[in-house]
Parts: sequence; structure tokens; C-alpha cells
Amino acid sequence: MKSTAGARAVQLVFVTAFLGLWYVIGRTGAVSTLFVPRMEAVAAAFESLVQTDQFWAAARVTLSTIMQAYLIAIVLGVAAGYLVTRSRFLTRLLEPVISGLFAIPITLLFPLFILLFGIGPASKVAYGAAYAFFPIALNTIAGFANVDRRYLDAARSMGFPPSGVFRHVLLPAAFPVILTGLRIGFFICFASVLGGETISSLAGVGRNIALAAELMEPARMYSWIVVVIIAALLLNALVSAVENRMRRE
Amino acid sequence: MTHRFSAGDAARSVLALDKVSLDVRQGEFLTLLGPSGCGKSTLLNIIGGLIEPSEGAVFVQDKAVRGPLPDKIAFVFQESTLFPWYTVVENFGIAFKYRGVARAEWQDRTAAALKSVGMHAFIDHYPNQLSIGMRQRVNLARGIASGTEILLMDEPFAALDEQTRMVLGEDLSVLLAETGKTIVFVTHSLAEAVFLSDRIALMTARPGRIKKTIAIEEAHPRLPAFMLEPRFSELRNQCYAALHDEIREAMAVESGGART
Repeated sequence: MKSTAGARAVQLVFVTAFLGLWYVIGRTGAVSTLFVPRMEAVAAAFESLVQTDQFWAAARVTLSTIMQAYLIAIVLGVAAGYLVTRSRFLTRLLEPVISGLFAIPITLLFPLFILLFGIGPASKVAYGAAYAFFPIALNTIAGFANVDRRYLDAARSMGFPPSGVFRHVLLPAAFPVILTGLRIGFFICFASVLGGETISSLAGVGRNIALAAELMEPARMYSWIVVVIIAALLLNALVSAVENRMRRE
Repeated sequence: MTHRFSAGDAARSVLALDKVSLDVRQGEFLTLLGPSGCGKSTLLNIIGGLIEPSEGAVFVQDKAVRGPLPDKIAFVFQESTLFPWYTVVENFGIAFKYRGVARAEWQDRTAAALKSVGMHAFIDHYPNQLSIGMRQRVNLARGIASGTEILLMDEPFAALDEQTRMVLGEDLSVLLAETGKTIVFVTHSLAEAVFLSDRIALMTARPGRIKKTIAIEEAHPRLPAFMLEPRFSELRNQCYAALHDEIREAMAVESGGART
């Protein structure tokens, strides 16, 4: 507990120092305000931004895109991961293929996603889902493939039917590893949807960040980025809470 | 009965057990003793229906074993196979879940078995909250509570230190004398084998065969004093003499020297 409090204090010092540095740079004019706008300017832009309908519309589009992409990635990733581990041969065959594909930057395929799904949210859903699929599938494979044989033997010796083996042995044994995959997948999904929006889209937070940059409105751009940072922190806290809760059960 | 582990092609397959023939009498405590890698555990898994032998068959009361028989045969595995995601009592419950044993009955048997190994106070603990020795006692209790006539024990004390192991061995002898179960026990401890068994089947290095059997005439439950008798050392030495060459050979096989 004491060390946690100590770590928190150090983290607070870092954040304060970062904000202080930002303020000082703005005051002294050491860096062009085009790159680093003054903190007060960003704060003012942020304040007026959150009062506009445009802001909430963009946030809604991005959030719903992320959620759709994430859900698709979970369903496909967990299903694919589980099916692959049904046979040792398939695991040996496909696990390297999936992890190999994950090493290729899917960003290269982004223009293809635009061609296939258009410039609207659908292409970002597909892009985010494609990225998040891999860590989820790989962790699902790792979870199910590495269940200790002795537990399976014990379950069989006690007469478990296949459904019982799945429910009482495979799933609880693999669950913590799968959960790690879901966590990584979520943040990859979050990042790729926002990234996709900045590259090519009609609406959403990422689109607005790109637009503010193109229009040379750095204060506005940073205020959008602040929104993303706040959202990321909130989502991180949410994901941790959900994860801790599930791990306890 | 013969068993060969195949790995796709004949060259890489391993003959684990070669024409093993063994009779276990009802109520007998039989120990399989042999060098590591001799196929003791494989033989035990075949007896329990977890592995199908390449040739031959296992018969329990004249009926061929074709898969696990949860109502007849229970396993106690090495270290703990208690599921770490369930508490002690949940681990017992799950063991009965698919055998259709009534709740009240398994709860009674669980309580009795845990009491007999002195672990009753830990019924709501998770396995990871217990020491290895405690876990293994619970694991043992689960085997006893199963209520099967046959108990197959695969090096149940292997992960324990020698002192804990001797004490648990004494407890086991007392417990089993009461239940009258038929036990097949796998170990590589000579003292444990002599102390517990009615009969010891000594196995050769891979491929495993039964080299000879040694009967231990001593009433159950066995008391620690038995270990101090000259007869105990004599039997122990007899086992060691029979196994000595096999252990050397097993070591040579493992280090790749005697590949045939």
C-alpha cells in the first residue's frame, strides 16, 4: 500500500512537471505556437469545443465505431482461437500464420478497406476489427492450447463430458490469458479506429483532429487530443475495473 | 499388453510398454516401481482407461476397459490436480457432478475424507492458498472420497519433502486399511514402495516390462516401527538390487547412448 501511494505521488509529480513545462514554454515563446499552442489557449478551445453539438456528434460516431469494431474482433477472435486449438495439428499450422500476419502492418491495407467499405464509418469498423482480431485470437490460442494436460486427464477420469471439460476446465484455465488478449485488443482497436479516422473519413474525433491540423488551428487540434487522452484514461480505468472483477470470479 | 507412442512415422515412435501382463487382486496394494521413463505412469493411465493400449487390453472384473470408469476407478495424480479456479469443496463437488451422486451424499463423503487427512478446516480455501503438502492431502482425500473400489495413484507424494512424505505414507496406510480399496501405486521411492505395498512389481528400463514381483508380508495398517526392522532393509535392498542395472540402462537411454 505504501509503495502504491509512493508511485502515485511520483506520477503526480511527472504530470505536474509536464503541465508546468508546457505553461513555461507558452509564456516564454521558446517554441512557435503553431506547434505548441499555449496551455491557456488549448484550455479555452477545449471549453468551447465541449459545448458544441459537433463535438458530441463526433464523439458518438467514434465511440460507436470502436464498439462495433471491438465486438466483431472479440467474436471472430475468440471463435477462431478456440477452433484452431481443437486440433494440435491446426494449432501448429495456424498459430505461426496468425502471428506472422499480425507482424504485417495492416495500415498498408487501409486504402483497400476504403475501397471495399467506403469512406464512412464501416471502413473504420473493418479496419479496427481486423487489427484487434489478432491479439485476441493469438491470446485465445495461447490460453486454450496451454491448458495443463493433467487437469484434462483428471477431468476425464472423473467422467466429465466434453461440455463439462470446456466449462469447468478449458474455459477457466484459458480465461486469464484470453482476458489479456481482450485488453490489448481493446487499445489496438481504439488506436486504429482513431488513426483510420485521421487518414480518411467524413466524421469522428480523428477526422476533426486532422481537419484542425489542416486548417492550422493548433489549439483546436490539441483540445481534440485532450479529449482523446481523457477518453483513453477513462476507458483504461473501466477496462481495468471490468478485468479485475472478472478475474476475481 | 503393449503400448507404442507413435509420432507420425515408425522411426520416431517409442515402444513404451512391451508385453506387460499383470494381475491385481481385489483389495491388494500393488506398487509399480521402476526407473524413470520406464512407462509406469503410462501403464497406470492405460489401466484407468485414459490411454488406449496399442495391443492387448485391461480387464476389471472380467470387463474390458474402454475409457475412463469414474464409478469404478479414481486417480490421484502427482502434485495436485485440484482445479485452482475452484475452492476445495467445489473441487470435490465437481468430481461427483457427472456421476450423479446426490448432493448430501458427496458432501458427507467429502467432509469425512477431509477430516481423515486433517484438512477439514480448509474446505473453503483455494488450492493456491495451501502448501504443497496440504494440497496433496486434499488431493488424496478427493481420491478416497470418490468411493471407487479401485484407486490409481501416480507418484502422489513425489513433490513433497521426505519427512512430509513419510508421514503421509503412514496416514495413507491407516486410511486404506479401513477402506479395503484395490490400489495401484506408482513411485520411484524404494522405501515408500516397501512400506506401503502388498506386492511390488519391478519394471525394466524402456520398453517397460515386469521384471519380477516381490511380496511384502506384513499386516496393514503399517506402523513406522516396520521401517526399523531388518526385514524392511532387506526387502528394500532386494528391490534396489533388481533395479540397479535398469536404472543404469535408463540413464544411458536418456543420454542417447544406447539407442536401439
